[in-house]
Amino acid sequence: MLEIRNLHVSVEGKPILRGIDLDLRAGEVHAIMGPNGSGKSTLAHVLAGRDGYVVTDGEVRYRGQDLLALAPEERAHEGVFLAFQYPVEIPGVANVYLLKAALNALRKHRGEAELDAMDFLALVRDKLGLMEMDEALLYRAVNQGFSGGEKKRNEILQMAVLEPRLAILDETDSGLDIDALKVVANGVNALRNPERAIVLVTHYQRLLDHIVPDRVHVLAQGRIARSGGPELARELEARGYGWIEAQAGEGGREAAPEAGEAGR
Amino acid sequence: MSAAREHYRAQFAQREAELPGATLPWLRRQRAEALERFAERGLPTLRDEDWKYTNVAAIEKRPFETRPAAANGLAAREVARFALDRCQRVVFVNGRFVPELSRLDALAGATIGSLAAALAREPGRVEAVLAAEPAAAHGFAALNAAFWSDGLWIDLAPGTVVEAPLHALYLTLPDGGASPATFPLNVVSAAGGAGVTLLEHYVGPDDAIYLTDAVTRIVAGEGATVRHMRLQQEGRRAFHIAEVGAAQATGSRFDSLALAFGAMLSRAGIATRFDGEGCSTELLGLYVGDGRRHFDHHTLIDHAHPRGVSREFYKGVLDGAARAVFNGRVVVRPDAQRTDALQANHNLLLSDEAEVDTKPQLEIYADDVKCSHGATVGQIDPVQRFYLRARGIDDAQAQALLVRAFAAEIVERVRFAPLRARLQGLLPGQIADEMGVSPCAEPVTN
Repeated sequence: MLEIRNLHVSVEGKPILRGIDLDLRAGEVHAIMGPNGSGKSTLAHVLAGRDGYVVTDGEVRYRGQDLLALAPEERAHEGVFLAFQYPVEIPGVANVYLLKAALNALRKHRGEAELDAMDFLALVRDKLGLMEMDEALLYRAVNQGFSGGEKKRNEILQMAVLEPRLAILDETDSGLDIDALKVVANGVNALRNPERAIVLVTHYQRLLDHIVPDRVHVLAQGRIARSGGPELARELEARGYGWIEAQAGEGGREAAPEAGEAGR
Repeated sequence: MSAAREHYRAQFAQREAELPGATLPWLRRQRAEALERFAERGLPTLRDEDWKYTNVAAIEKRPFETRPAAANGLAAREVARFALDRCQRVVFVNGRFVPELSRLDALAGATIGSLAAALAREPGRVEAVLAAEPAAAHGFAALNAAFWSDGLWIDLAPGTVVEAPLHALYLTLPDGGASPATFPLNVVSAAGGAGVTLLEHYVGPDDAIYLTDAVTRIVAGEGATVRHMRLQQEGRRAFHIAEVGAAQATGSRFDSLALAFGAMLSRAGIATRFDGEGCSTELLGLYVGDGRRHFDHHTLIDHAHPRGVSREFYKGVLDGAARAVFNGRVVVRPDAQRTDALQANHNLLLSDEAEVDTKPQLEIYADDVKCSHGATVGQIDPVQRFYLRARGIDDAQAQALLVRAFAAEIVERVRFAPLRARLQGLLPGQIADEMGVSPCAEPVTN
């Protein structure tokens, strides 16, 4: 579904990603882990098409097409979804309007009829139940006045409504207490299926106790320093990131190893 | 003497005898004095502090025809186009009242209609209201006082509350030839406990150069409520200058909504004065434009007595090389203790060439007061835009949605539902109709 080859990305002239290779097949869940500043969020944003991220080398193919040539909305129409680390507040725009406009944009692109108000609300109520969210949040402005946990649940609610083919969750676990983490994890697990691929970007192993990945990749200094099964996450939890960073440093110390994590 | 002064002097000499009330000595004198005032001052220039960002030289240069063109056959169609549901309607075409296009309900205690007709019917009453008129603040107000030929007349007896909002539509429909000027004079007199909601709505064709020079005088008696709205939708090449002045007696409420979408150059001066204790006012404004449009809003809230409350929120959205001026003056006089005044002006610039000059001006001479103000100028937030696009909303739609989100703070405060609905269509860009799902969020209560 997703093939990333030798991806190099700079932000404001500073190289952040320095040769990422990654293959993701439908049905798989991959975790991207790594210390702060390793480029995890940059990878998530560049896949979603954020401005200001300059691809200097490499390519990304998504279901056989050049993902990087598509505008952010075209990627969304093709089934790419990014759950934001910091969900954006949009005062004045109702949450329910955004959900409906997003879903209808997707359906229109697929040549499907727009959902009528009744069917749409039935669908959304079903997903609200999954995320254990209050219906009142639908009529509030997007993310405005939401608690940290409500914002993260709202991201997964959008994902549940939009049913993407490729979901990238950027530190969805950060800032969540254990109960909220379980709700979010349940929401994500409910969306696991053979046609969908999920990328979990996370700093901590604890999310992976609830959403067990097929593969774990560790990013350090803009490269994948190590890949393995779920046991790699547990090893990181026990040993920290230092040893991997030290190993990665051997290869490319001269090329800005302190590169900061952008895209906040 | 400038060409403009010569021109209007000559026009006045020709037309004096045919203007309404020409046989009434007090009115003849009032008009003649206004013309003298204009002859002394001329039109404002950039050297006038209040006009330093609004250049009216283009109006000065053009000899506008003050004699109203005859109403033509297009009027009925245009009225149908701009009509709003659920309201009474008073239509003026080229400055003249057109009864057959108007729709007024009879209500005991309320006289609503044409000022010229009221003058013919009850000159004493009109004199009582107009005699108290303050001297014109600038050349445009002086020209209006000299040349007005009609306008809205609302006279409410004590306790008379007019339920249905009043839609006053001012259509300019030039008949070719000279560039016309109209001088509407609107008078609202609400006695104690009376209440009325009115919308002044100015429209005209995009292909004609014309001038609207309007003045509105509002008197709110004790405990009266006057909700005044104006929607400026003049043609692309038009000039629109307006003054709205309110005087509020004890415990009265005056609300003003100033919406500006049209004209090449427009200016609205909106002022209210608290003449008694416990008055309240809310001034709202929204200006939205592109191209080379110029909007100017000058407001004044005069807290002359204690315990007055004022709220002022103006917002602007500017694209292309459009330019806006906002000057919000709030005066709190020495006696006006326990005043509560809040003012904000926020602007959204959609292009690099758009420009805004915003100036909050607080003058506080009392010590027990609560006053604050703020002004901002910003652009569409790229993170918000990306968030919407990442959800599949295309870029143009995302911008349109964010513009609506920005304007929502004003739009949502418009109580008159047919106008609120009309505003959605006047905001730039198209947003998808999500079948009954409004883009507007419920307000967050802080």
